[in-house]
Parts: sequence; structure tokens; C-alpha cells
Amino acid sequence: MRVVVDLSRCEGYAQCAFLAPEAFRMHGEEALMYDPGPDDTQRGPVLRAAAACPVQAILVDRLEERDAPVEASAP
Amino acid sequence: MTSAGTPRAFKRDGRVVVVGASLAGLRAAEALRAEGFTGSLTMIGDELGEPYDRPPLSKQVLTGWVRAGGTTLPRRRGLDAEWLLGVPAGGLDLATKHVRLADGRCVPFDRVLIATGVRARPWSVESEAALDGVFVVRTREHAESLRRALAAGPSRVLIIGAGFTGCEIASACRERGLPVTVAELAAAPLTGALGAVIGDVAADLQRTHGVDLRCGVEVTRLEGDARGRFRRAHFGDGGTVDADVAVVALGSIRNTEWLRGSGLAAGVWGVACDTGCRALDVSGRATEDVFAAGDVARCPHPLYEDRLISLEHWANAVEQAEVAAHNMVSAEADRRPCLSIPVFWSIQFGVNIKSVGVPTFADEVVVTQGSVDDHRFVAAYGCRGRVTAAVSFDSAKWLHHYRRLIETAAPFPPRCPMPDQPADARPVPVGLPGPGLLAQGATAVVTGRTRVSAASGPCTGTGGRRAG
Repeated sequence: MRVVVDLSRCEGYAQCAFLAPEAFRMHGEEALMYDPGPDDTQRGPVLRAAAACPVQAILVDRLEERDAPVEASAP
Repeated sequence: MTSAGTPRAFKRDGRVVVVGASLAGLRAAEALRAEGFTGSLTMIGDELGEPYDRPPLSKQVLTGWVRAGGTTLPRRRGLDAEWLLGVPAGGLDLATKHVRLADGRCVPFDRVLIATGVRARPWSVESEAALDGVFVVRTREHAESLRRALAAGPSRVLIIGAGFTGCEIASACRERGLPVTVAELAAAPLTGALGAVIGDVAADLQRTHGVDLRCGVEVTRLEGDARGRFRRAHFGDGGTVDADVAVVALGSIRNTEWLRGSGLAAGVWGVACDTGCRALDVSGRATEDVFAAGDVARCPHPLYEDRLISLEHWANAVEQAEVAAHNMVSAEADRRPCLSIPVFWSIQFGVNIKSVGVPTFADEVVVTQGSVDDHRFVAAYGCRGRVTAAVSFDSAKWLHHYRRLIETAAPFPPRCPMPDQPADARPVPVGLPGPGLLAQGATAVVTGRTRVSAASGPCTGTGGRRAG
């Protein structure tokens, strides 16, 4: 799965790091480091983390499995 | 079909070409479809593969946690686009409305979005840049090459340039336990972006984490051994550093060369636009069918005297992409300006550094909350008596307040009491270097204006125009 965090919104509440510690880790007290491509087994925890984020900074891909991989290809 | 005709007809079956398939290009394409654009959409990108996120490349990729190929951006919707990847754009013909690819192919459009971004500024001496062990970091291939070199356990890593990218790479190297030397021309790290006061804090942060930080020095030569491997760097003061890896982090070059001769106002500072992301032609007139977004765009901001500002910020790419997409499919009266306050972040040495506003548009700075010694504080920036920016170290939650101060042109220094206010908060000169250094370190650069206004002279601290 694919994840991106809008770190300009993130204020370091660390809810994600509690709910999905495999994908989100605090670096020091406020800075967030995350895995933009966590394993599909992490989908549940990552979606819970995205829902719990107080500033809604976590975006998870919304494409269905059948739509991926997307159109991108070499000419 | 030919041109737009009515906005409704354009929305239904117009032809949009997006040049640049990274964050701004992808978000603009998604926004176009979200706005109801059902015409043809072509994405042109010089790199192969799907759009990916770059900020992790200088952080969690280099520490080895995340794969360089694992930062593909999530999609919010299907795009139904044609992707022309692996070939850069070579030219733009506004008379016939074609984008020419470097391989000679021509792609017709009714409206085009320029989102070609920036590339890493290479080491200036080509033979030295080609030495084995000399790196830049911009693409995922760059990041993967450097990650491999770091994993091999080099005796020392030399980082040339202490802007945000250089500092983040130094931080990743220290996390791996590698000896690191950082060489910076200015008096402190991050000075070009944040000024001397915060630069001193950044210097302290580096030294606390064991970085051999050398400021006020110029790297003059990279020396290789007989097998073409980088071994030693020479400094302008006669000193040397022995290292196996050199990372050139001297800022970026905007990808505008392909627009030469197009008639657009494009150059080293980017593509000049109006506030609605419409590109300007060489006469300063807004074009009807050419838009720009992201790192390559330079747009005027009314809060900053309508000066053209180039922003290499993630959030700016997203904002401009959405405004540009909206305006591409809207009638004149429905178009909207991009007025959001710039926001930036960097993560280094376990500290979350954030800014709102334009710190390079300032003459004074004052620490308003917290303590610089603890590396946890907020500093407000002011230009001629009003608040223009704020920077936080591990204090992001306060920045909303400063954003309001900036939006309302509140007096500087801010008069309202803040929590955790230092007793001796006094404004001091911001200490930004001249334009030459700014070009290498800043991610928000004030680059002049389209019309000269008689009403106001330049703010003394805005490096882009200072000292001519």
C-alpha cells in the first residue's frame, strides 16, 4: 500500500505511532518518520492511524486493487 | 479539436498536457479530473515509473529503513491519462500549441501545465563530479546509490553545503554512526534559508550530534585516486579532508531550459506567473493557456509586496497544483488566486523544524517562545515592523498563531504575550547572506517583481534583490 503524510500539517501528536508502529515512528519528540510503502498486512493499523490523526495529515491510496498498477509506463 | 471554445466545451473534450510527472504534476492531474475535466490528459515526465515522493529520499531512505523505490505517491483517483515517461520535454511552441519532446515527438495541447521542477546542482567541475563516491540527491536512483555507499561503511562522509538537504543527509549519516564532515560557505548551516540567528542553533545541533562542522569554508577541489575513486577534498583555506563519500548539496537548478525561446518569462529563477498560476510572457502579460505549478513556478504574493517568490516546498506544489488545475478548467470570473501562506518542514537530528511565511523576507528576528539552548523554540521574523514569517524547532503546534499574525500583517515584534516567553526577547538583525549564497541554501527565494512599484523600496533583508 502507499502512504504519504502531509508533514506541513503534522504537529507531532504521535497517534499514528501508537496505532501503527510498524509504519510510523517518532524521531525525537515531535518529528515523524514513516514508511511510504508499508506491507499490505499493515493496512488495518495504517487506516486506523489515518483516521485517528488529529490534523488529518495521512493520505492512503484510494485506488482499488484492480486499478493498480496504474497507467504509468515507459513509452 | 482546436482550442477551448467555451469553458464547458474545454472541460468536456479539451486537451491538457502536464509537463512534469512528480508531486505537482500528479496532484494537478488528479485535481483536473476532480474538477470534472473529461478531455484528454497527457503526462510527460523525464523519469521512468510512477510519480514518487522526494522528502523521504534524504531521510528514511538513507538510514536504510525505507527502500528508495518504495516512496511511490498514493493515488486519490484513477487519472485515465496517457503517460509519456522517460523522455524530457525539449521545447514549447505557443504558436502551434505543441510540446516538443527531446526525442522529437510533438504533443499538441489546448492548455499546458508546466511542472518540471528542479534538479540537483551538480559539482561544477565535471571530471571531479564523475569520481566514484561523489553524489547528489534528488531522484530515487541518486538516493539508492548513496544509500548503498553509506551501507558499505565509508571511513568518512563529506557533505558540501549545509542547506536543508545537506543537513538532513548529515543527520542520516550520524544515525548510521558514520563520521561526517559538513563544509559550508556561510557562517552557519541553514543561514541562506533562515538567517544567522537560527543558523547558530542549527550549528549547535550538528556539533551536539558529532558532526565535524566547518563553516566559512569553500571546497575548491575533489581529488580522486588512480582508480577514479574520491579520496580527499581541498578547502580554500588550504585545509583538506579525507573521505570515501562526498555529497554535493548545493541547492537546485530549475528546469526551464526547455522553455528557452518559447516567449515565456522563464529563466534561472523559474517561470514567472500571476497569482492564479498563469504563466507570463516576456512582455509580462498573463498567457491564457499556459500554467505553472510547483518548484519551477515563481508567483507573486500580495502579503510580500507582490514580489515573485520561488518556493521549493512540498505544500506549495500541492497548493499551486490545485489552483492551477481549477483555473485551467474555469471561466475567468471563477478563477481563484493562490494566497496560502508558505509552509515548510525539515527533520534533522531528531528535531522537527517548521516554518510559516517567508523567512528570507525579513530584516529582524526575535525568539518569542521557548529556548534556543534546548533546541525547542519559536522565532518570529519581521520586515519593517510587521510579522512576515515564523520558524519553530519542536514547537509546531504554535505556528497556527503565527500564521494569523502573518495574514493580518501584525506588528513586529509581536506584542501579545505568548506561553513560555523568554524574559529577554529582543529583536536582532536577521543576518541573511547576499543573493549568491541565497541561491544555494534557501527554499523560499524572493526573486523580484514584474512591475516596479514607486510606493515601496525593497525591504533590507530580502536577499533576492539586495545588493543588485
